[in-house]
Amino acid sequence: MKKKTILFLLALLTLFAAGNASAKNITLLNVSYDPTRELYQDLNRSFAAQWKAQHGDNVVIRMSHGGSGTQARSVADGLPADVVTLALAYDIDALADRGLLARNWQQRLPDNASPYTSTIVFLVRKGNPKHIKDWPDLIKPGVQVITPNPKTSGGARWNFLAAWGYALKQPGGSEAKARAFVHALFQHVPVLDTGARGATNTFVQRGMGDVLLAWENEAFLAQRELGKDRFDIVVPSMTILAEPPVAVVDANVAKDGNRAVAEAYLKFLYTPQAQDIEARHFYRPRLAAVAQKYATQFPAVKTFTIAQLFGDWRKAQAKFFADGGVFDQIGPGSQPDR
Amino acid sequence: MALSKRRRVLPGFGLSVGYTLAFLGLIVLLPLAALAWKASGIGVAGLLHLLAAPRTQAALKLSFGGALAASLINALFGLLVAWVLVRYRFPGRRLLDALVDLPFALPTAVAGIALTALYAPNGWLGHAFDAFGVRIAYTQLGVGIAMVFVGFPFVVRTLQPVLESMDRDVEEAAESLGARRSQTFTRVILPVLVPALLTGFALALARAVGEYGSVIFIAGNMPMRTEIAPLLIVQKLEQFDYAGAAALGVVMLGFSFVMLVALSLLQRWSRRWAEALP
Repeated sequence: MKKKTILFLLALLTLFAAGNASAKNITLLNVSYDPTRELYQDLNRSFAAQWKAQHGDNVVIRMSHGGSGTQARSVADGLPADVVTLALAYDIDALADRGLLARNWQQRLPDNASPYTSTIVFLVRKGNPKHIKDWPDLIKPGVQVITPNPKTSGGARWNFLAAWGYALKQPGGSEAKARAFVHALFQHVPVLDTGARGATNTFVQRGMGDVLLAWENEAFLAQRELGKDRFDIVVPSMTILAEPPVAVVDANVAKDGNRAVAEAYLKFLYTPQAQDIEARHFYRPRLAAVAQKYATQFPAVKTFTIAQLFGDWRKAQAKFFADGGVFDQIGPGSQPDR
Repeated sequence: MALSKRRRVLPGFGLSVGYTLAFLGLIVLLPLAALAWKASGIGVAGLLHLLAAPRTQAALKLSFGGALAASLINALFGLLVAWVLVRYRFPGRRLLDALVDLPFALPTAVAGIALTALYAPNGWLGHAFDAFGVRIAYTQLGVGIAMVFVGFPFVVRTLQPVLESMDRDVEEAAESLGARRSQTFTRVILPVLVPALLTGFALALARAVGEYGSVIFIAGNMPMRTEIAPLLIVQKLEQFDYAGAAALGVVMLGFSFVMLVALSLLQRWSRRWAEALP
């Protein structure tokens, strides 16, 4: 270790001595949510190489991972994130509410500031013994559904809204029918983990339940890590387009002067090179050309968005997941009289 | 005990007390004050509303009820284990003694995952119990087991030194004076042990009430049934409801404080009782 450090310092010195001293070292902090660990490792490497080639400066991107809400709270409480790449817009809205970034942050980048998307799919046990093909199969007698708690997990909120939206968009669908469907669905949930990874564990390791509602990227990952012989992925007839958003934290880049790099970093996520990396990590790319290349990996599916069904995340959060909201009214342990 | 009245052999009383107070203030009182300050944002009406919610009540009942039950179990078995470790000599005793501390050392999340793996319906023990129709993981029973696990070392470790310093002569004297074995235990041994037992019980209780990391894995976290109070706090935080989270924290703190005061009163009374015994 020590030897390496000395060598490194020597190398640095030679660099400076050679008159190549114009290379700056820039450090960015990207505060992200849990399942993006591997994704950003690859993305950061490519971006650093590209930036070095174009500008000659060394960019080091430090990462922080955790539950999306927890991460947003850390940034709100002073973690100096240059960029945030979280699971849902509500968490970045909360930062905007605290004046850390402009309220119109979602319009500053293309595609609702979500360079990659995902959907909610079903992970079932090999051979699909309970014949789960679509949402209505989840509320058949004897089927147990694993999903984390929407109160604590961003992924679970996508699950909840996917189920709600499906019921709402059916012929003759209505608010009341959506409510009844989601209410019935949560009667089939035996365990509410606090996060998406926890729910995956409960389904995979503990053998609980017949179907796991999961991010598509998590489902692929579980299948790859644990073997295709154990689980099948079922894509329902219709699901939600999950858009994990990214944003530059204005207040923090103004302080450390990293705005240019931070903005370039986020724009990089939309380039063909980055989109390819995202697709390899099972996130659906936005670029048509890249999507074409990975068409066999991502089956075509009818989707709806938060904007189409609920307006925006603020509204969805207030209506469904705030204390006393729809989830509290119809979720597990709800009081029927309220 | 009464430090100020005794003639002090070593100087530096003022200095050391100063440091003690500063340290306690910084590490304990300041965060608690911050908590109370944050909680004050919710107001009295908000607090009453929070307390009236059935979910809050269910969660508090589970956290405190579970912790109470777990600490009682720990008091009983902790006494047994401490007794065995101090009074008997057998191969592997030291290893066993070291094992007692493991729940301290293990990250609670790891403990939670291990317990869940063991007690889940497809786990080793869970499978066996399932055959009798008993579910442990994802029920209140599971919550209790995790609480027993994290609180266990406290009772053993507080009892051990007391047991070690107990003179066996006293027991022998009791026996030679014609005391039955049960009398020796209840009238000679137990009175000496009770204060330490209560301390251990209180520590285990405090630990179990606040336990989050290990419990959430095994609890199943179903509202009204297996949702512990600390999880409700996390849920409030998740909605950026700092005041609500802090208020719930203050409520838990209040309950714990009352319980600990009651225990220390009990302890004082038990000491007097022990001294009053012939």
